[in-house]
Amino acid sequence: MTNGVIVEQNPGVHRSSWWRRWGEETVVAYLFLAPSMIILLAFAFFPVVFSIAASFTRWNLPYRPVWTGLTNYLYLFTNEVGWPAFRQAITNTVYFTLGSVPLNMAISLLLALLLNQKLKGVGLFRTAYFLPTITSTVAMSVVWMWLYHPSNYGLFNSVLLKIGLPTERWLRDPLLAMPSLILMGIWHGMGYNIIIFLAGLQNVPVQLYEAARIDGAGTWAQFRKITWPLISPTTFYVLVIGVINAMQAFAQMHVMTQGGPLGRTTTIVYMLYHEAFESFAMGRASALACFLFVILLVLTLIQFRLAGSQVHYE
Amino acid sequence: MTTKPTTGSVPLWQSQRVRKGLVAVLWYALLSVTALAVMLPFIWMISTSLKGPKEVFTYPPSWIPSAWRWQNYIDAWEGAKFGRYFLNSVFVALAVTLGQVITCSMAAYAFARMNFRGKNLVFALYLSTTMISTQVTLVPSYLVMKWLGWMDSYKALIVPFLTSPFAIFMMRQAFMTMPRELEEAARLDGCGRVRFLVQILLPLSKPVIASQALFAFMGNWNSYLWPLIITTRQDLRTLQIGLRYFVSQEGGTQWGLFMAAAVLVSLPVIVIYFVVQKSFVEGIATTGLKGT
Repeated sequence: MTNGVIVEQNPGVHRSSWWRRWGEETVVAYLFLAPSMIILLAFAFFPVVFSIAASFTRWNLPYRPVWTGLTNYLYLFTNEVGWPAFRQAITNTVYFTLGSVPLNMAISLLLALLLNQKLKGVGLFRTAYFLPTITSTVAMSVVWMWLYHPSNYGLFNSVLLKIGLPTERWLRDPLLAMPSLILMGIWHGMGYNIIIFLAGLQNVPVQLYEAARIDGAGTWAQFRKITWPLISPTTFYVLVIGVINAMQAFAQMHVMTQGGPLGRTTTIVYMLYHEAFESFAMGRASALACFLFVILLVLTLIQFRLAGSQVHYE
Repeated sequence: MTTKPTTGSVPLWQSQRVRKGLVAVLWYALLSVTALAVMLPFIWMISTSLKGPKEVFTYPPSWIPSAWRWQNYIDAWEGAKFGRYFLNSVFVALAVTLGQVITCSMAAYAFARMNFRGKNLVFALYLSTTMISTQVTLVPSYLVMKWLGWMDSYKALIVPFLTSPFAIFMMRQAFMTMPRELEEAARLDGCGRVRFLVQILLPLSKPVIASQALFAFMGNWNSYLWPLIITTRQDLRTLQIGLRYFVSQEGGTQWGLFMAAAVLVSLPVIVIYFVVQKSFVEGIATTGLKGT
């Protein structure tokens, strides 16, 4: 990257001199990298640096930014208005993540185990499970809003009525809103996990199961002693990706609940969106972005280390 | 599966074939029940999309509409500029996909086959951007668009997504498996690097290119947060944004129309999925597993 910068800074240097100094291949390589590099510089590296700087300012559009030091962070972590709101956003994010990821993984693994059989029609079932994942979160949010409709005509309420239970207000009930989003999230995200688990399961050597069966191991013992340890890299990958995605969920909150009721579905990303594009407080939103970035950074580093260990494993 | 007893000596329920048959029946039952549960929202969506406004609000709800009201689809399509939204989505997603294949294959070729100064550092920097999401860069990217005067433009919807470090990584892996002799022979015959990439490397790496292109298209088609903040003009909305505004502006009662619109928005990706299912599933399976 430094080389590319030098090229731009010294346009006066005679072409043949740098051509000779770096060799033809280096120049050609950077020409091939140029398009992607410009995009990444403008929309990945610059924004991160910019966010860090902006998080130390008070920047309420359309006014100019004012340097305020740690004020935004102090507001989020210590202010009597800021901290409760921020704490609620963290709690909601953790709630959504812990509520959806482990359950999603358990169901996905179970279904993947069921699909990992040589019986007719497996493909058909796999297609069915995968269908929610490819359809857009927005379209499916609209469908689930209708399923969760608080009147007697919503599907869930009509079932409750039929079996003689009182109806619920689902997305409009402060206590039920988040579980409702979690249920929909699990349904929507399952397919992806199933495919990855299936790939992991198919990498387990069949001979191990045959040997275990000869030794008289039952289904549960085979799972505990062979399947579970051998797919552990897959399981960890699904876990990290799942957490990263769940922590950044936005569309369903925006379409279905707008962060409500009583802020019970306002996650960190939703709060960021609200501060930046409804309150136009760019500095405070940047502080939130930095907070989110640090957490995601740690999670991704874990994942990278994992991907590294997987190489040796195979 | 047949359940006829075949051996006379052991009791029926102990026969291998009977037990296998029972297991298969149980297996099918379990999968069918869960598949039905997963499909239920889709069935409900399609069912409601064909109901008249009165039938939508009747208790108990009917799964099969009394009269199939196809008019809902026409009304939904005309209720908002869905034709325009559709064209916007197709154009933006295709442009992003094409752009990603171009920029990513170029970068992947450089990383896979060229020796240059700073290669390891640049490659590490590229990989590090996989952890930078739209959510994290939302505010600065938005401000950049404002400064460039790109708000409410196709450029704003397309340009930030014209590359993907993840796709670069996957393509690099594929390019590295190609024998070096292939390139040496081609170069000796006077084939330039660009021509080698386009005419030999890309066709030989079709599965990876296809699955990465598919991810780019689907991901962009379904994206929501960025188009939401970057477009204010109605005629630049993508399908996802259009659907959201359609539902929130109609006051939340026209569920027949809403479900019809949701079907219309979902249908293109579902059709694509059925056509290219194999490469899609393989793409996820390999990217999910092969860390190298």
